[in-house]
Amino acid sequence: MLLELKHVSQSYAARKVLCDLSFALNTGDIGCLLGPSGCGKTTVLRAIAGFEPITGGEIVLNGERVSAPGFIVPAEKRRIGMVFQDYALFPHLNVAANVGFGLHGLSSVERNKRVEELLQTVGLEGSGQAYPHELSGGQQQRVALARALAPCPNLLLMDEPFSNLDVELRERLSLEVRDILKQQGATAIIVTHDQHEAFAMSDMIGVMHDGEIQQWDKAYNLYHLPESRFVADFVGQGVLLPGKMLNADQVEIELGTLHGEVSGACSSEGLNEVSNNGGEVEVLLRPDDIIHDDASPLLAQVEHKAFRGADILYTLRLPSGNRVLSLVPSHHNHAIGEWIGIRLEVDHVVAFPLIKSAGS
Amino acid sequence: MQRLPVYSAKAPRTGAFTFKFRLPSAWVLAALLIAMLTLVPVVVVLSSLLTPEREIWAHLVEYQLPQLLTNTFWLVLGVGLGVAIIGVPLAWLTAVCEFPGRKQFSWALLLPLAIPAYVTAFVAIGLLDFTGPVQTLAREWWGPIEFPSIRSRGGVIAVMTLALYPYVYLIARNAFLTQGKHALEVAQSLGLSPTVGFFRVALPMARPWIVGGVMLALMETLADFGTVAVFNYDTFTTAIYKAWFSLFSLQAASQLASLLIVFVLVVLLAEQQTRKRMHYTQTGKHSVQARIQLTGARAWLASGFCLIVLALGFIIPVTQLLLWASEVVEQDLDARYLDFFWHSLALAAIAALLVGAVALLLSYSARQHPGFLLRITARIATIGYALPGAVLAVGIFIPIAWLDNRLVAVGWVQSPLLQGSLVVMLLAYLIRFLAVAHSPIESQMQRITRSVDEAARSLGVSGINLIARVHIPMLSGSLLTAAALVFVDVMKEMPITLMTRPFGWDTLAVRVFEMTAAGEWNRAALPAVALVLAGLVPVLLLTKYRSK
Amino acid sequence: MDKHQSLLRRLSGIFAATAMLSVAMTAFATSEIVVYSARNEQLIKPLFDAYTKETGTTIKFLTDKEGPLLQKLKAEGANTPADILITVDAGNLWQASNLGLLQPVKSKTLLDNVPAHLRDPANQWFGLSVRARTIIYNKDKVKPAALSTYEDLGNPKWKDRLCLRTSKAVYNQSLVAMMINEYGEPKTEKIVKSWVANLATSPLSNDTRAMEAVAAGQCDMTVVNTYYYGALMKKKPKLPLAIFWPNQNTKDSGVHVNISGAGVTRHAKHRADAVKFLEWMSSEKAQNLLADANMEYPVNPKVKTDAEVAAWGEFKQNPINVVKAGELQATAVKLMDRVRYK
Repeated sequence: MLLELKHVSQSYAARKVLCDLSFALNTGDIGCLLGPSGCGKTTVLRAIAGFEPITGGEIVLNGERVSAPGFIVPAEKRRIGMVFQDYALFPHLNVAANVGFGLHGLSSVERNKRVEELLQTVGLEGSGQAYPHELSGGQQQRVALARALAPCPNLLLMDEPFSNLDVELRERLSLEVRDILKQQGATAIIVTHDQHEAFAMSDMIGVMHDGEIQQWDKAYNLYHLPESRFVADFVGQGVLLPGKMLNADQVEIELGTLHGEVSGACSSEGLNEVSNNGGEVEVLLRPDDIIHDDASPLLAQVEHKAFRGADILYTLRLPSGNRVLSLVPSHHNHAIGEWIGIRLEVDHVVAFPLIKSAGS
Repeated sequence: MQRLPVYSAKAPRTGAFTFKFRLPSAWVLAALLIAMLTLVPVVVVLSSLLTPEREIWAHLVEYQLPQLLTNTFWLVLGVGLGVAIIGVPLAWLTAVCEFPGRKQFSWALLLPLAIPAYVTAFVAIGLLDFTGPVQTLAREWWGPIEFPSIRSRGGVIAVMTLALYPYVYLIARNAFLTQGKHALEVAQSLGLSPTVGFFRVALPMARPWIVGGVMLALMETLADFGTVAVFNYDTFTTAIYKAWFSLFSLQAASQLASLLIVFVLVVLLAEQQTRKRMHYTQTGKHSVQARIQLTGARAWLASGFCLIVLALGFIIPVTQLLLWASEVVEQDLDARYLDFFWHSLALAAIAALLVGAVALLLSYSARQHPGFLLRITARIATIGYALPGAVLAVGIFIPIAWLDNRLVAVGWVQSPLLQGSLVVMLLAYLIRFLAVAHSPIESQMQRITRSVDEAARSLGVSGINLIARVHIPMLSGSLLTAAALVFVDVMKEMPITLMTRPFGWDTLAVRVFEMTAAGEWNRAALPAVALVLAGLVPVLLLTKYRSK
Repeated sequence: MDKHQSLLRRLSGIFAATAMLSVAMTAFATSEIVVYSARNEQLIKPLFDAYTKETGTTIKFLTDKEGPLLQKLKAEGANTPADILITVDAGNLWQASNLGLLQPVKSKTLLDNVPAHLRDPANQWFGLSVRARTIIYNKDKVKPAALSTYEDLGNPKWKDRLCLRTSKAVYNQSLVAMMINEYGEPKTEKIVKSWVANLATSPLSNDTRAMEAVAAGQCDMTVVNTYYYGALMKKKPKLPLAIFWPNQNTKDSGVHVNISGAGVTRHAKHRADAVKFLEWMSSEKAQNLLADANMEYPVNPKVKTDAEVAAWGEFKQNPINVVKAGELQATAVKLMDRVRYK
């Protein structure tokens, strides 16, 4: 285990910023903290980096305690590389000097070699003499990455590394960066609010909300087996339909009865509570759970559609007035207002106890 | 992960520290220590309040203060507006626009810095008073004419404005030059003309710099005695000197000076309060902007404006000084001038380095440990600039002499060690001019984003290395500005130099004092010219750096 | 980095060296005397040089204004390096003795050479040169017969014809102080008030300016120290200015004189040498050097006045001891404040 956060909390004055946060990361893995802005994800990153003290729990890096209440190994002693949202390149240094900034105790030959190696890795060979302001945003990003990687850090932290770039570049670069990190064998944590970026880059993702990690898991599980309403809502698209638990692996909704192991908050542990509520639950339906089938007797009316090239995402209105989403190959082009046939194809049944006062 | 011999193999625990009973870091301690040091003379001055000189106060309140306060108020208001109205547009024109002569003006407009304000004052009076050549000629041509007197409120304000505007010009120009161009471009994209963009974007963004420059000019105005004495314009500082020199009461003088300190401190803190929540980090790249090309009448207006200020602030005074100096050069210029010149340069250079370094330290400490304590510490540490020089000099000398006498009494040294040593002199300069260096450095420091520091720290670079490898290069423009301002100010400085100089360490400013004290204003022109020449050194250095 | 460090090292070297040097200089300074002088270097250094040449005693000196010099002496206390304090007015010498910074000197030579009214009654300080403050008028506009006394400058007939230097000048303060001594405060206040009423322009910042204003016709008369008149006339001999000696017909009055003088500091390390130097300063040779360097008058009545200065005419000095100028200076300043003499 390279990095472990154990029950980490942090508060400024009376305000709790981080709350009982725990997760661990293996050497060579890329972790990601995903969440909306203000959820505390950047604070976690800064606490790991050593820029912020913590007020509860501890952070362990390579088996050494580096942060605990009243104790902090300063950032400069942690061997943690960081890529900042604004890149924070040194404007007075050229690219080569930026990349070589953190290389201590090397001869100039070794240093130049390492810098050249890094520049090559990030695809900027030959740009060593350029100054940061002469580079494009994407190039600056690469320089920042190369600079952070140059001293072979224990761990690389990236704070919204692609948020300043346009969408296309963002997608391309995120894959490239993942390749670079994997090639270098680097362990990294990325902070982002963009789930595509998170899915594309990371091995493990922690979805954060209000200073807590809601779920620390693989991308697949976050999508298909979310453990909380927030995760279900924040990761991917979908709707919650009211349903009734029949037993531990059967849930009835208006579109039929779902079979299979129920996960989410209604999995075995949460079941008692649900039963006490008369079994009323809400069931997560992803767009890919609703299949368009002209032969199906179940009909829904097209209320809205979004063309996405290969697919069309339909918002469908059920006779009950509830809405579901359906992802349909785009040659099935139906007009708004049309009634089309649908059927369920649910692999993972995810249900949450019904909250009476507020729906999610 | 591949292993490279990149870090010296240290376990991460080295250097860890516990901050439960957190000792302030070395930086905070250093900053506090310096602040304490600079506070010593202020405390000496303030301690006078314990035993009020009732009789002198009663006299001053009845016959002097109302008039002096009115005079001081108008002077501060006039000079404050004057330096802003001249300094800011000049800075904007030379930093952002293009017009004939811009390149030359951009450095030449700094030149008035090299002339002490009291010298400009006696030149102005020499030229423009009733007995001066201008009015004499006018009378010869047109018979008796009533001129508005130069020895008036307007005259003092004009002269001080011309002498002090370079503070605002230099600092504001630095701000405009390094201001990210994005903000202005955003303004233009929103349909604002460059002029409107100046008022609504560039000016507000440069505010801490402009305010800093104006504050420097005003603190110097408040502390000034030489200029107002030449005009016989009585200000609060006049009362301080009157109490001391004429009524023989240093006590009353210190009490008056205490009021000045309190006043300035309140203003400084109020000013700081108004912008404490604003952050002035840079937006966008600070490459050289495409200059706004001025054409036709506007270009000539710009050139004309620069030329007029330059003529009034430098060319005319220096020409007059040269004329006067040429009358006495044979009689007065001797080999000792080499010594004076060298002493002036050496003192100014060492002081510039020292004060610049300390200002950087203060600024850095406040950055590392944001919070009220260090912010107020920096403010208090720079208060020495607002104190009249001689009062500050005494405030420094008394505790030093006391310490010396204690050391002798205890038997640690045979004879006084500190007094009359260069160390004390430099310390005194530090206390006097910390504000001058702190202002430009601090405002530029605010522009370095925090993530730059953090990036360096995450790469294993912190403390003194962080300053040397990141801050000093990124602040180089401000550091140079700060050093140049201190350099020129130290060269012009009189009371502290007189009081704390070691035997034989006469400088050009001392020479000016010798001549002016005897009323030989024309003979003072020779050392004054030499002073201007020596003052050109940093101005030219600054220019060379800027043109890079 | 290396550059930074070597620069720092070099600088700290300079610091250490200069600190040690200045210590060393004080430590070995035995065959010399140390002077704190408010008299400007160019007016005093020739005498130091002459003395060194004659006696071999070296003189170290520092110049500054009186106020800071007194505070410096006071702060240094018993460890002051200064043996002698020189000022250019009696008021500050009086203040120095008041603060206990001087010591009495018993010297027959000094008593013989310096007239009684130009030295401290307690022998703590001695006048070395005389600075006479008199009336200068415009020859083209004023008949000397119309002039009489300082007081008369307030006569309504001179309305808008008088120029004065600022009341912040110590010489005006001592002039008014001596008038208070002579006439008492109420009458002096009336006189000074009448001067202010006669001013043609607001007070000027120095004597030379005041004379130039008279010459240019801005006003017709002013009150200045004679050596300024001498210096100005040397430079511009054609100016229509002339000297008038006021208060010559009154018994206990005369032309107001101040002194440039000196005393031995209380904690002088080289007391005997210092006294010897003061005695030499009152001697004929030094007196001429001192007075002639600045067209002042010698204190020593046995010494002949410089021919150029003597040409301005003989006059009777105010015989009252100049110590009064010190004693009454604060009173005089407040009086001038009251009548708005700026």
